[in-house]
Amino acid sequence: MVSLLLILVVSLFFSGIIIRTKSILSGRKGPGIFQPMLDILRLWRKGSVVSKTTSFIFQIAPTAYFSSVIMAVLMIPHGTYPGIISFEGDFIMFAYILAFGKFLMIISALDTGSSFEGMGASREALFSMLVEPAFFILLGSFALFTGQNSFHDIFSTLHYGSQISYLLGGLASFVLVMIAMIENSRMPLDDPKTHLELTMIHEVMILDNSGFDLGVIMYTTNLKFAMYGALISNFFIGMLPFEISVPLFFAIQIGFATAVGIIESFMARFRMGHNPQFVFILTSVSLLIFFGVLLVLGKFA
Amino acid sequence: MTTVNYKSVTNNQATALKDIPVLEYSKFADMNVELINGNPARHCVNYFGYHLSDKISLICCIADDDLHQIFVSSALVEENTELESLTFRNHNFEKFEREIHENFGIRYSDHPWLKPVRYAHNRFDKKQRIEGYPFYEADSEELHEVGVGPIHAGVIEPGHFRFICNGEQILHLEIQLGYQHRGIEQLFLQKTQLLERSTLAENIAGDTVVGHTTAFVNLWESLCGHTPDDGLHYSRILALELERIAIHTGDLAAVCADIAYQLGNSVYGRLRTPIVNFMQEWGGNRLSKGLIRAGKLNFPFTAGHSKRLLEIFDSFEPDFIEITQKLFNLPSALSRMEKTGVVTYDEVLEIGTVGMAARMSGLSRDIRLSHPHNLYNSIKHKPVIKRHGDVYSRVQIRREEVRQSISHIKGVLQNVQEIRQPLNVEMNPQSRKFILSLVEGWRGEICHCAITNEEGNLLVYKIKDPSHHNWMALAQSVRNNDISDFPICNKSFNLSYCGHDL
Repeated sequence: MVSLLLILVVSLFFSGIIIRTKSILSGRKGPGIFQPMLDILRLWRKGSVVSKTTSFIFQIAPTAYFSSVIMAVLMIPHGTYPGIISFEGDFIMFAYILAFGKFLMIISALDTGSSFEGMGASREALFSMLVEPAFFILLGSFALFTGQNSFHDIFSTLHYGSQISYLLGGLASFVLVMIAMIENSRMPLDDPKTHLELTMIHEVMILDNSGFDLGVIMYTTNLKFAMYGALISNFFIGMLPFEISVPLFFAIQIGFATAVGIIESFMARFRMGHNPQFVFILTSVSLLIFFGVLLVLGKFA
Repeated sequence: MTTVNYKSVTNNQATALKDIPVLEYSKFADMNVELINGNPARHCVNYFGYHLSDKISLICCIADDDLHQIFVSSALVEENTELESLTFRNHNFEKFEREIHENFGIRYSDHPWLKPVRYAHNRFDKKQRIEGYPFYEADSEELHEVGVGPIHAGVIEPGHFRFICNGEQILHLEIQLGYQHRGIEQLFLQKTQLLERSTLAENIAGDTVVGHTTAFVNLWESLCGHTPDDGLHYSRILALELERIAIHTGDLAAVCADIAYQLGNSVYGRLRTPIVNFMQEWGGNRLSKGLIRAGKLNFPFTAGHSKRLLEIFDSFEPDFIEITQKLFNLPSALSRMEKTGVVTYDEVLEIGTVGMAARMSGLSRDIRLSHPHNLYNSIKHKPVIKRHGDVYSRVQIRREEVRQSISHIKGVLQNVQEIRQPLNVEMNPQSRKFILSLVEGWRGEICHCAITNEEGNLLVYKIKDPSHHNWMALAQSVRNNDISDFPICNKSFNLSYCGHDL
């Protein structure tokens, strides 16, 4: 319950902080941090225009996508407070419930019959597939490390005994930040600001969505960011008391959003052909974590 | 070798129409093809037809960059007839012949790509419509087609791009234009006031206002036998180079936006503003409309303007150098630009590209050096040449040309302190003349041609924007590249839709 409320609060201003950081770094003042949310509220008051060539898939996909992310959010714990849904092996369901939402978005993009959206769907499917091993090796390593196999148990028993385990926490944050960037199609893989339909990934898939549906999709993106931020914060909260863990949670979320803004300001996006190589790096970093865990547990002679 | 049978003229030299030899079509074709074949210093600057009583007179102009001459020859052919094409023997003539085919119904039996160019209002076959453009199609299960446009995603100008792709890889791109056709060449004949024609010239392409207007006024002054004083020439050099700086800087910003490099986009965007604002201070319009006029200068360039411009450069240059160093040392930016959209030397030679699209691949084509106009021969101009023909080369050319233009302007400002306001002169075009005016705009060679009748009225006014040649180079450059790299290739050429469509 605690983590659900915290994530919902952060989702209101997460992309506002990214935009504000980018504005300041390019010498502009930029909009207030709640502006993206106000834009979403404006979209929610509008109706949707639906193409005649689409089927019911196109209409249910945004809501299904949103629901899948909400369900995933329900599984995120906050330190010692478990998520609303918590059971052994819940992180596997977490990964696949997100994949289910994404699958519906992909077939909804194909449903429109547009050649651009087909390209976007194929790219999204490819990168999501490449991300999966990184996520499972990462959480598998921590399950091995703590001897637990649910989000709540892993994080509540996670404590850093040696320097190597701090390193593991740092690497895990890096992997999760990058997974969040890929899942949300942000720089350096995709540029959410571009108007060029040939280069987009996520944006091109939602070209046909409008009004309420578009608002739902945009809010889901914010929610996903806040969700990954919460997951990252769990690596550091551990068994800290509530008064410390909540400010720490916000600090980590704001730091995460600022980092995204800084990355997006000072580098160019990758060539599309280089993206798969980059995504694979995450898998190798996760493997590094896995070997680190083996080292800590003394599995190496 | 066929006999030399052409009239050799220089840039902006009015010549009597009767001095241009009229050849038999086959000799005309042989000679012009042989003039170009195997000689990179020569290319076709213009090849067009016009109605002469019930026949079509074809005029071909081949520029020789080494001799600083333009070879003009002509041929008389029947309308709606079948001929052998020049394109079959040299691809330089490809689009020119398509245009002649479209306007006069001449059927070229061996032209490899005989498709409409722009669906002109006065085309020969009115039954052909833009909706029915015959696209090249790949009948394949594995390949897929992507059609972009005619409405541009950034809502700039309309054009349709048809890709044939194998997954993410582009195999073929066909560019179909014509949506911006306004009939400018016809309007030049219909509107008889000089002011009307100057305004038309300004609106051929909104990003090359100075370039096209300079081509027009140079042509008009020579056609009227008027010799403007040096001050006027220098003001045109200033305006041309300022336009080059402004557009190149804006293009660098746009390239940064396409590779999602935010810092570059915002800094270059900011740097363009003082330059266009200076044009506003000088001529009352940020796009320089109303500045260049035949025989006069409505907005004299004063010592105050000169001082102001140097101040602007003093603050422009350090920032430009700093952001350029950042951009050209950023690995993620370099990886997007290097080896993307390559057009080789052989390909640009075959296409006959001009301006930046030639210089990017080691082909030296710069009218400022080869056919100098407006006292450009008093400036020691050295074209910026790159060898790789990729996006990186095109961006590098812009970087270096901006700095070169600044030094040219500084040189000009030292020579001329105050530009005198010339007296209003009476100008009347001479009769039975042919004239050709070449100007190096920021994009490349601009060519305007005019022919007058007995009364000294315009009989033909032919315009050629550099985009006319260079669109084909864009189509070639994206082959075997990722489709997601198309926008940056397109932006690195930054070609004009309306300059092509006229």
